[in-house]
Amino acid sequence: MSTLLTIADVAVELPTPRGNLRAVDHVDLSLEAGRTLGIVGESGCGKTMLSRAVLQLLPKKAKLTGRVMFDGQDLARLAPESLRRLRGRDLAVVFQDPMTSLNPVLTIGTQLMETIQEHLELDAPAAKARSIELLAAVGIPAPEQRLAQYPHQCSGGMRQRIAIAIALSCEPKLLIADEPTTALDVTIQAQILDLLAREQRRRHMAMIIITHDLGVVAGRADEVAVMYAGRVVERAPTPALFKRMHMPYTEALLAAIPKLDAAPHTPLPAISGRPPDPTRPLRGCSFAPRCRYAAGRCHEAKPALTSAETPGHLYACFHPIQMAAGVDA
Amino acid sequence: MMQLAVRAEPLLDVDNLVVEYGLGNKTVHAVSGVSLQVARGETLGLVGESGCGKSTLGRAVLQLRRAKSGRVLFDGEDLTAMEGEALRKMRRRVQLIFQDPIASLNPRRRIGDIVAEPLIIAGVKDAAERKRRVHEVLSAVGLDPDLVSGRLPHEFSGGQCQRICIARSLVLNPEFIVCDEPVSALDVSIRAQILNLLEEMKARFGLTLLFIAHDLAVVKAVSDRVAVMYLGRLCEVGPSEELFARPAHPYTALLLQAIPVPDPDVRPAESVAGGEPPSPIAPPSGCRFRTRCPRADQRCSAEIPELREVAPGQFAACHHPLA
Ligand SMILES: Nc1ncnc2c1ncn2[C@@H]1O[C@H](COP(=O)(O)OP(=O)(O)OP(=O)(O)O)[C@@H](O)[C@H]1O
Ligand SMILES: Nc1ncnc2c1ncn2[C@@H]1O[C@H](COP(=O)(O)OP(=O)(O)O)[C@@H](O)[C@H]1O
Ligand code: SF4
Ligand code: SF4
Ligand SMILES: [Mg+2]
Ligand SMILES: [Mg+2]
Repeated sequence: MSTLLTIADVAVELPTPRGNLRAVDHVDLSLEAGRTLGIVGESGCGKTMLSRAVLQLLPKKAKLTGRVMFDGQDLARLAPESLRRLRGRDLAVVFQDPMTSLNPVLTIGTQLMETIQEHLELDAPAAKARSIELLAAVGIPAPEQRLAQYPHQCSGGMRQRIAIAIALSCEPKLLIADEPTTALDVTIQAQILDLLAREQRRRHMAMIIITHDLGVVAGRADEVAVMYAGRVVERAPTPALFKRMHMPYTEALLAAIPKLDAAPHTPLPAISGRPPDPTRPLRGCSFAPRCRYAAGRCHEAKPALTSAETPGHLYACFHPIQMAAGVDA
Repeated sequence: MMQLAVRAEPLLDVDNLVVEYGLGNKTVHAVSGVSLQVARGETLGLVGESGCGKSTLGRAVLQLRRAKSGRVLFDGEDLTAMEGEALRKMRRRVQLIFQDPIASLNPRRRIGDIVAEPLIIAGVKDAAERKRRVHEVLSAVGLDPDLVSGRLPHEFSGGQCQRICIARSLVLNPEFIVCDEPVSALDVSIRAQILNLLEEMKARFGLTLLFIAHDLAVVKAVSDRVAVMYLGRLCEVGPSEELFARPAHPYTALLLQAIPVPDPDVRPAESVAGGEPPSPIAPPSGCRFRTRCPRADQRCSAEIPELREVAPGQFAACHHPLA
């Protein structure tokens, strides 16, 4: 298998009135063609900024360092015009808020057909047929009628399905889906993740699924990277991660998910507080103020990514869970 | 027990409610004959897919959207027959929390004013009294009133905005709150915090809740009973534990299967939600779920299934319920 995407030592800094904000803090990741990487973490931990760094779609004032190699090209060195073509076609994205990718004043049909015609050489009737096919594929009832409607006439769920249809329309090599199903209900979420998986197999498309829900990536991603405060704090092949989590943060994220087999009115083990203010980085482990295993060094130094015994499993913690268990109680 | 309580004196009694929207020359059948009761002190969860009419039902209960037919009895009084001052008075007792916490806060107003607004609308003239109430509810939801009152919504995260919305909904001391997907836009850790907060507020202020969500696990975490809705109708209603352990309606079973399990060994059931949800403009005849139901037969397209008791307190609208 060939490496499609390499993220090497990528950092993103944003100037803010409160000072420099380090949204992404030296991240290394790679992805092979046809594979799925899940990126998991709470809101504000840098998932979107990392994906925007890959897409070279950062806010104007943002400072990006490190390298992003996609399909043999260094994206930072591409001319804006080549980048734009690449993004429509080989490198597609679905955002959390479908209105980010949809134009409120154009009909759904116009938006889909414009994208298709711009990147694939299809005539209008063929583009229309493909649009209808795509809308049906993402589970839009009565797709022909929808073509004439505007985004505001659709429910939130439908809007996201339409945004996904547009992203898939040019058969990209890599699809970055930034919380694509966070706003959707579970059956549609399952349908869309199935749909993405199907499309991915058919096209040998690589995918990055960004989510805050470990449940979403459990059965879908080949590898999972957990982000916290701009850094990757644990990374592993999915089965290895769920078999043995090393980072207390990963464990806490999993525990906070309501479980179907719990009795009603069982209080949830919520992670208290919020991630640290990214303009005020902590000296020690960023998770320390919320971590139930924090002790000693945790407040003084940043744990580096360390290899676990399973190949490909990395974690950044001074007291990884299997060792801390028992000591803590 | 719960069913008995409901029969005795429901705080909310929705009877055969029909709500429609015009769309061009067509009609969207958003809610088509829904009946449900919520007992005082109870949380009724309402689940169903996007577009099935959950928000419409919630809004029609609050009279923010008028029903075409049917009744909404609140504490014995018919809200659908009320207007003007009477309705305004009644509205103090029933509140709504929205799905999108950030969008539902006016970006130009300070948090203190946002939370005080319902008091002003309700005619509470005493500024000191308003301030006292605002302080009380902001502290109750875990925010420091002195720190947050003077700030603007954009200075807060989604989870904090939802706390502010919850504070605003509590400020008039309501008895009943419709929570329309209050945690759907929040991430896993904040979701857990807000769900715990809602439970706390419910106990502290003696609230009755209609809790709308599309995630069954979320609904189960807070609900005494759960109602499952599909394309404008109720499929199944019952006590949470029983409904989840033994779903009688094929649609409830499908929803349960679709929940992502945080375990890579549990492969997601491919296409559990097979087929497409039909359009509420032209819903299927008979059982509305029949186009996606693995058990559908002739009778399902000919005859509308009514809610029938399948186990104590558990009702399903299906000709061929699961054993
Ligand atoms: N103002 C409107 N005009 C026309 N149709 C509408 C309007 N508002 C809602 N609808 C339609 O009514 C049906 C029910 O919508 P509703 O918003 O109640 O669904 P919901 O269950 O709350 O969905 P979601 O999970 O997406 O919030 C949908 O088919 C929707 O498209
Ligand atoms: N346009 C922007 N300007 C300044 N800071 C931003 C901007 N967008 C995001 N941030 C900040 O960057 C950090 C990472 O954000 P983001 O990548 O959106 O997180 P996530 O996607 O994981 O929720 C956060 O602290 C966020 O507040
Ligand atoms: S390094 Fe310390 S504070 Fe950080 S996650 Fe590990 S135990 Fe917790
Ligand atoms: S009535 Fe028929 S179609 Fe409807 S849920 Fe029951 S078996 Fe399925
Ligand atoms: Mg994001
Ligand atoms: Mg809704």
